[in-house]
Amino acid sequence: MSNATAVHHDAHDAHPTGIMRWLTTTNHKDIGTMYLTFSLIMFLVGGSMILGVRAELFKPGLQLMRPEFFNQLIGVHALVMIFAALMPAATGFANWMLPLQIGAPDMALPRLNNWGFWLLPPAAILLTLPFTLALFGIGDGAVATGWTMYAPLSVQGGIGVDFAIFSVHLLGISSVLGSINVIVTILNMRAPGMTLMKMPMFAWGWLITAFLLIATIPVLAGAVTMLLTDRHFGTHFFDAAGGGDPILFQHLFWFFGHPEVYILLLPVWGFMPQILQTFSRKPMYGYKAQVYSLWAIGALSVVVWAHHFFTVGMPVPALLYFMYSTMSISLPLAVLFYCWIATIWKGSLSFETPMLFAVGWIILFGIGGLTGLVLADVAADAQYHHSYFVVAHFHYTLFAGGIMGIMAGVYYWLPKMTGHMYNEKLGKIHFWLTAISFNMTFIPQFFLGLAGMPRRIPDYALQFAEFNMISSIAAFALGLSQLLFVYNIIMCVRGGKKATDKVWEGAQGLEWTLPSPPPYHSFTEQPTIK
Amino acid sequence: METIDPKEKLAKANKKLGLKLLWLVGAALLFGFALVPLYNVMCTVTGLNGKTNATADSAKTHLDAKRTVTVEFTSSVMPGLSWDFYPKQPSIDVHPGQIATVLFVAKNVANEAVAGQAIPSVSPGLASPYFKKIECFCFTRQELKANETREMPLRFYVSPDIPEDVKVITLSYAFYNAVKTTN
Repeated sequence: MSNATAVHHDAHDAHPTGIMRWLTTTNHKDIGTMYLTFSLIMFLVGGSMILGVRAELFKPGLQLMRPEFFNQLIGVHALVMIFAALMPAATGFANWMLPLQIGAPDMALPRLNNWGFWLLPPAAILLTLPFTLALFGIGDGAVATGWTMYAPLSVQGGIGVDFAIFSVHLLGISSVLGSINVIVTILNMRAPGMTLMKMPMFAWGWLITAFLLIATIPVLAGAVTMLLTDRHFGTHFFDAAGGGDPILFQHLFWFFGHPEVYILLLPVWGFMPQILQTFSRKPMYGYKAQVYSLWAIGALSVVVWAHHFFTVGMPVPALLYFMYSTMSISLPLAVLFYCWIATIWKGSLSFETPMLFAVGWIILFGIGGLTGLVLADVAADAQYHHSYFVVAHFHYTLFAGGIMGIMAGVYYWLPKMTGHMYNEKLGKIHFWLTAISFNMTFIPQFFLGLAGMPRRIPDYALQFAEFNMISSIAAFALGLSQLLFVYNIIMCVRGGKKATDKVWEGAQGLEWTLPSPPPYHSFTEQPTIK
Repeated sequence: METIDPKEKLAKANKKLGLKLLWLVGAALLFGFALVPLYNVMCTVTGLNGKTNATADSAKTHLDAKRTVTVEFTSSVMPGLSWDFYPKQPSIDVHPGQIATVLFVAKNVANEAVAGQAIPSVSPGLASPYFKKIECFCFTRQELKANETREMPLRFYVSPDIPEDVKVITLSYAFYNAVKTTN
């Protein structure tokens, strides 16, 4: 792990070409590109899986698949989307943009960076390999427990669980390495004069994300390791017969799982105000308030986990504690919403694709946040728990709040990364198709959940048929719309109108002072911030 | 004289901070495993998860005839154990401090001797410290011969210290196969 070679490497521009360039690269832009490409591919993989699920749910009864396979699809869909699509996308942006935004020549630990990325493809293969193995009669398919891998179901599951455990180990190591790199980069590599409170908001969002990852991913790694030893080495962490407790797994899992939600969202909350200010041609509103709110949310996120299993039979004082602490997160979040809206308030707005996504994101993510408040209510949660209401809620936070946020970032920075403008008209069509079909997919699911349709079941009662049909049709529209996104990105990488250095009229920040695309090595002389 | 290259210096500082953060990762990993005993201690102290004592309590208590608590019984047999198992009566009304005996019936439907272990759980969880077992078939493993039926006693009382608002206690027994089978 010698950084000295990497430092000397900066002196000249020669680097291997072809596949070796990507295998051995320590350049933050190359690695960022790999993360983003990997994320896009896995987004399509995870999306195809859930279209299989929606196809099965198109009509009541079992048509297309065995329930076991259905169970595998929902669990792997979630794991792929969370660990292999959303998290790598955020890390990709961190790699590409953090050094440019804080005026650093590269990430702090380039070799570690390369390693962090190259752990991901093996992890993705481990996760999905059991599907293929099952075709050859080996094992009974991928992990079929849902992404939460609750014991005792996961203790009894097939080899898919083992593959998922090792995959989670690799994904965890990868994101911990990425986090260490981000923290060191932000703390050590800022341009002279850039104090912490002058940092771009994206750096703040990622700094807190990285600390949350370091604090919680090892707990998940420990939990799945206990699962592994329970399965194969006769321990009884989660086995009541041996003095263990299955509820313990839920505590360990959600001690990681709840902060994970904010891990997925904080990077987006970081760059979103930057997009909003760019297309409002105004300074960001409430910088300090936003920074403190991000910290408050990060801190609160690790003490609220049990609201994910209100129904296990906790005593009332514990229920009340987790309800009130969960609800208190809405206070700093409301501050953020206020700042985002105030940033565009009375601004000189223009609605290019990134801004469309950003504004749509505020509204849709707002719905996700408010429905979360409903679920945080212990009395109401008994009704909504494990229903489609929950599914709709977390897709409003993670698809609208996470993925549509990432898409805003992609359109915002793509001209900077590639040096070409993307097709604006196609981008706008993509936004409207995505926003409309997304709502058409998930609004019916709120009502299905309220009416009592349980999640993770391949069949349903007849009265749910119409809403499921609407949801399935819209889900396919949503999935197909993403092909426009892919097409637009590919065409933008291959050519198009030259992008100016500043790209957007109202763009603020160091990355816009560089040419588009930025040279392979940038900021070898750090700029000074006044 | 030779000056230290600022780039080398930065690379060194980066590596140092990176290693420090690695310690943090190690601490978080340890914390994850430490949560297991921590959880058990929390549950024992507060009775949060409804676990009850695994050995006999003393029978010394006093009767509180003014109050009555209903104790309900449920039973389940976990996969891997071919037994029938049920309480002889669904519930019993007792005064706090009153020692009661109830019978559970276990029948081995397999054609071989099987040992089982019953795991009790009390709901609401906070009532579990007040549920005192003097004698219980769950203290040891129970071995039933092929097709044997056995009536197993549970002697218990509800502590008079139990909070006023607890009127109903549910006691659940899950019978597990005591010999770990490979699956």
